[in-house]
Amino acid sequence: MAGLVPAIHVFLRSVSQGVDAPAKPGHDEREACFPNPRLMLLFVEQCLNGLQFGLLLFLLAAGLTLVFGIMDLVNLAHGSLYMLGAYFAATFAALTDSFVAGAVLALAATLVVGMALEVVALRRLYGRDHLDHVLGTFGLILFFNELVRMIWGPAGLSLSLPMWLILPVELLPGLYYPTYRIAIIVTALAVALFLYVLVMRTRLGMLIRAGASNREMTGALGVNINLLYTMVFGLGAALAGLAGLMQAPILTVQIGMGENILILAFVVIIIGGIGSIRGAFIAAVLVGLIDTIGRAFLPDLLRLVLSSRAASTVAPAISSMTIYLLMAVVLVLRPEGLFPVSSK
Amino acid sequence: MTAPLTPRNVVVAVLLLLLTVLPLYATASGHVFLLTLFTRVVILAIAAVSLNLILGYGGMVSFGHAVYLGIGGYAVGILAFEGATSGFVQWPVALVVSALFALVVGALSLRTRGVYFIMITLAFAQLVYYFGVGLDRYGADDGLSIRQRSQFAGLVNLSDRVQFYYLCLALLVAAIYLTWRIVNSRFGLVIRGARSNDRRMRAIGFPTFRYRLTGFVIAGAICGLAGALLANHTGFISPATMHWTRSGDLIVMVVLGGMGSSFGPLIGAVLLLTLEEALPVLIRVVASPVFGDAAARMAEYWQIMLGPLFLLVVLFARGGIDGLLAGERRG
Repeated sequence: MAGLVPAIHVFLRSVSQGVDAPAKPGHDEREACFPNPRLMLLFVEQCLNGLQFGLLLFLLAAGLTLVFGIMDLVNLAHGSLYMLGAYFAATFAALTDSFVAGAVLALAATLVVGMALEVVALRRLYGRDHLDHVLGTFGLILFFNELVRMIWGPAGLSLSLPMWLILPVELLPGLYYPTYRIAIIVTALAVALFLYVLVMRTRLGMLIRAGASNREMTGALGVNINLLYTMVFGLGAALAGLAGLMQAPILTVQIGMGENILILAFVVIIIGGIGSIRGAFIAAVLVGLIDTIGRAFLPDLLRLVLSSRAASTVAPAISSMTIYLLMAVVLVLRPEGLFPVSSK
Repeated sequence: MTAPLTPRNVVVAVLLLLLTVLPLYATASGHVFLLTLFTRVVILAIAAVSLNLILGYGGMVSFGHAVYLGIGGYAVGILAFEGATSGFVQWPVALVVSALFALVVGALSLRTRGVYFIMITLAFAQLVYYFGVGLDRYGADDGLSIRQRSQFAGLVNLSDRVQFYYLCLALLVAAIYLTWRIVNSRFGLVIRGARSNDRRMRAIGFPTFRYRLTGFVIAGAICGLAGALLANHTGFISPATMHWTRSGDLIVMVVLGGMGSSFGPLIGAVLLLTLEEALPVLIRVVASPVFGDAAARMAEYWQIMLGPLFLLVVLFARGGIDGLLAGERRG
């Protein structure tokens, strides 16, 4: 660790001096100790972006991990629900002329679609091999992509924000941050708290946990397991829809938007330990931060060890790989994730 | 070895016969499109055969198998780009690099079980996918055109469609024969035993990890070869070759055809890829008397039928086509 501190100083200085200025060790100690305030602001801003992205991932991952932990179902079509949430929000917002009304309606619609999906198709996959889940829900992805193309057409949609969410706020002196991203952070944190209270502190949560640890016994005690599972799946679907509709104004609403982020959500639940909501939360924030900060600063870091040209060639490739490397490291050290669910 | 006349053997024999005479028909009738399509079918069938070795026999659900198609393809593409067009260099490189990558991935991911294994293989595939997207020198996202097919010093001319097709078909038969020999050897029995009960296999003294890893590496190498063939076939390689949906397609082929059966992956590959071509036509023909002009528009959305079809196969035909033909249900 001792060698790391000078390295960071050199790095910060090289960034603050601009890329092409060669770092001269020991040349200007004062500057090495007080990195450029602009750089600090950039760093804080990137951290916030990372946190926002991580929390968005958490919304997706929470649904996945709930469904996997409780129903033992690998649901690749979770990304399709994310996509549907975004499409519903864009449609309803255009119809009602209000972002909030559109979001609420979209949430309800995704919940309904999720519950219908569980009743019609996925219920039949419980207790099957994981390979069957992968294959069946892979088919559902094709189905949903095509359905969306039929209904909304191949071109993407866009969802515009109301004025009060567009304006940036000044978080720190000199640091302006978009209100909308703060709104995402606050909403996701509220959802995390809601999930914690729901699962750990309510009767419904108690039944969910009971159903997860022993399905037959819970059913024998008079709990309607089928209804419980449908509700849990609907909850997961609504969370995915929420993530999709919140991401919609930032990116374009398009077919297949759920697929790449779904894989990231899988990475999150694997790092966190499948079935653990707490693990998903911590891993999601970790992945969000590492991914965002890696993309922002890795090119400059690489310039310290590589030539400027080589660095700019390799950096984009490496920075999109960082989280997968993180997952590989976690799995080597702890094959069951950071927070393994013991009884399963 | 005399094969009894079961429906399954008849289907396999007819299929092989059709694949053998296909170039004759295609050149005679001028349907070159058929030859192009079936070269692709045969190449992807090799990939499916290799996946079947670990998925069907070894129970290792690799959700990133298309990555070896990409690695093999990029080996050919990059070497050709840098001026090494000899197939005697390109193909061994494709095999070795795929095998080495499989060794690393296998060594890490075979420590995990179940859904963790599915996801970690997927994640490694994504890692390489994004690496390919970031390869600016070699076309990045847009991919790399391969101007000249692999040269084999006049031995075979890959630019000749028919010769190339027969080379692919021969390699497919070789791959099927190889997996058949492997799974019926002592080595293959250990892998199959580890699938049914890994703990018991270890208890009776087999270090199953090493066996499974070796199987994983063999499958990766065979699929790398398929990647080299695919790059030669399309004259193009891009990260899209190893997109995760391609890995999904390979799994579909194996399961659709019948896991853990020698010819299942071939049947699955033929079925899936011809279905992709035929389904739009089929929908148009069936729907046009009822819906008139709307039928053409419906045919555009053929994937809406394909997806639920996978679900139906999963729910009602566990052994795939092979299982249906053999009249047995695999567990």
